[in-house]
Amino acid sequence: MDYATLLQILDTTLRLATPLLFACLAGLFSERSGIFDIGLEGKMLAAAMASGAVAFLTGSAWLGMLAGIGASLVFAAIHGLASITFRGNQLISGVALNFLASGITVLVAQALFGQGGRTPPLSGAARFNPITLPFADTLQGVPVLGPLYREVISGHALPVYLALAMVPLSWWVLNRTRFGLRLRAVGENPAAVDTAGVSVVGLRYAALAITGILCGLAGAYMATALQAGFGREMTAGRGYIALAALIFAKWRPVAALWACLLFGFFQALALRPDVVQAVVQVKVPVPFLDALPYILTVVVLAGFIGKAIPPRAGGEPYVKER
Amino acid sequence: MDRLPRWADVALVPLISLLLAAIISALVLLSIGQSPVEAFDVMVDGALGSAYGWGYTLYYTTSFIFTGLSVTFAFHASMFNIGGEGQAQLGGLGVALVALALPWPHWTLALAAATLGAALFGAAWAAIPAYLQARRGSHIVITTIMFNYIAAAFLVYLLVDVLRPAGQMDPASARFPEGAHLPALNDIPGLNLIFTKPVPANVTLFIALAMAVVVWAILWQTRLGYQIRAFGKSEPAARYAGINPTFIIMVAMLMSGALAGMMSVNNVMGEAERLLQNSSEGAGFIGIAVALMGRNHPFGVVLAALLFGFLYQGGAELGLWTSIPIEMRIVVQGLVILFTGALDMMVRMLLARIFALFRSRQPGVA
Repeated sequence: MDYATLLQILDTTLRLATPLLFACLAGLFSERSGIFDIGLEGKMLAAAMASGAVAFLTGSAWLGMLAGIGASLVFAAIHGLASITFRGNQLISGVALNFLASGITVLVAQALFGQGGRTPPLSGAARFNPITLPFADTLQGVPVLGPLYREVISGHALPVYLALAMVPLSWWVLNRTRFGLRLRAVGENPAAVDTAGVSVVGLRYAALAITGILCGLAGAYMATALQAGFGREMTAGRGYIALAALIFAKWRPVAALWACLLFGFFQALALRPDVVQAVVQVKVPVPFLDALPYILTVVVLAGFIGKAIPPRAGGEPYVKER
Repeated sequence: MDRLPRWADVALVPLISLLLAAIISALVLLSIGQSPVEAFDVMVDGALGSAYGWGYTLYYTTSFIFTGLSVTFAFHASMFNIGGEGQAQLGGLGVALVALALPWPHWTLALAAATLGAALFGAAWAAIPAYLQARRGSHIVITTIMFNYIAAAFLVYLLVDVLRPAGQMDPASARFPEGAHLPALNDIPGLNLIFTKPVPANVTLFIALAMAVVVWAILWQTRLGYQIRAFGKSEPAARYAGINPTFIIMVAMLMSGALAGMMSVNNVMGEAERLLQNSSEGAGFIGIAVALMGRNHPFGVVLAALLFGFLYQGGAELGLWTSIPIEMRIVVQGLVILFTGALDMMVRMLLARIFALFRSRQPGVA
């Protein structure tokens, strides 16, 4: 494999890791607050449809993004209602919302555009187009680093950089702010937070709102940057890969970045089986590459590579009085 | 919160949940400019209006009984098995390997062997997540989800690279031999007077009904069933009573996987007669809705499976005869899971208020 191919794969890695990263950080906020959310997939899908549709109708990718965030927030609110207010089973609620999103996106897209459940292709300002970072062309001559900068780091759509920026921001919010401290506490020991006079319900709803916004960004990126429009089931299990990455990262923001890049790298490799074959000298079946993130997650869950310990109060509805 | 009377708990709560799901579904249809009444008519007519429609409805029902029982069995040990989909696909592999292994002389032999194969493969696919939950504390929900994806990838690999006969383009196994052909309901003397046209519903329906009885007997009539339910209610109490948690988790999940695997006898052997990609078509997930709707009781599961059979066949008819996309049935499925599973408490609170209202009106009681 030559350097140019490697750069190409890394470039794809970054593009494919972006939705995973948004969704993974989204899951991080809700799970650290003690709410399991396996509905990341559904929220992303709903956001992708809403942003694809609105971006087409208004011609603005930004309005599309806002619509995506809105749609995702609605789903987050239903999840909150079921799992916080009515203390229902969080896993079941997540499963239900995934189905709901899977069906309703196609229904709405079909009703709006009548193109078999897709939104019409986007172009121009309705998409987030690639941005060339400063000096990308001037530095091209620098050996090794120049092409790396030009091909891999520069030339992505805005949400890619936004996702990367979310990593330090999430770390800072979680570890350096009062809100973050309370959020982590409510996921470990909600009774203690309650005793301190802070609203458990309020904190958890706030966490779910952040989850909604981040999933909205993930979906909007899928429909308006990675691809040009929404297609049925376009998230294709990314919500679950993000969940896997979250466990892989042991619920920490910076580790989440590496996990998402790794899983993005696997997805990029699955697109280039020829390269994989050339490197390992054996024919590797593409499905194996597809399944690799899931297999790795199971290995991590089994505790063979360090122990992944979830937030202690995760999945438990909080009941104030016993 | 007041306790509800038993009849309300068993019958009224699921019915109200269903009603709420139906109302929201109707609103969804209205909002996309369709008529809910017309849609319902098409569904009833297509799924229940003719013997032919019933033949499809019962075919789906058969699959959903298996997957519903699968989820139910695990639920009683407080295990949430979302892996029914993967286990069903592996079950399909078991069916295909058995059916293709021999030139079967008679379908009864093939059916018995294929059922066993499906159950074994389904159980094997549930065994790893079960073991990881029991011994290493990995969350069963996450591992079974991961195993769904691994199963899908594994089957794509097998169908493209291994099982596909030479010269065939589409990724599927070879056709099953003639001896592995299961009689459909229209082939059975007596029933063929009702089902005059070929229908996909087949003898597997009777296996499904028998399994409902078996599951009921295991859970409520045996020592093992008592242990499983005790473990599901309270793990510490079960442990204190000397019940082995590893054993219970393994048994419950293996049985659950076996039941999910067995559904493939219905679709792979009874209908397609070869193994296709994504053979279970989401039936594993519908098991969750069926189990919730059926209140985790085999009798309820059979009724709920029939309801979802109607929903699936009716949904397909919608896709055929109206401009409502077939995905409508996924919306209804999601809503049923949401209301019966996650918003259960909301319905109960509502009912408790209403009951309290009636009680306080009776003189002398309040």
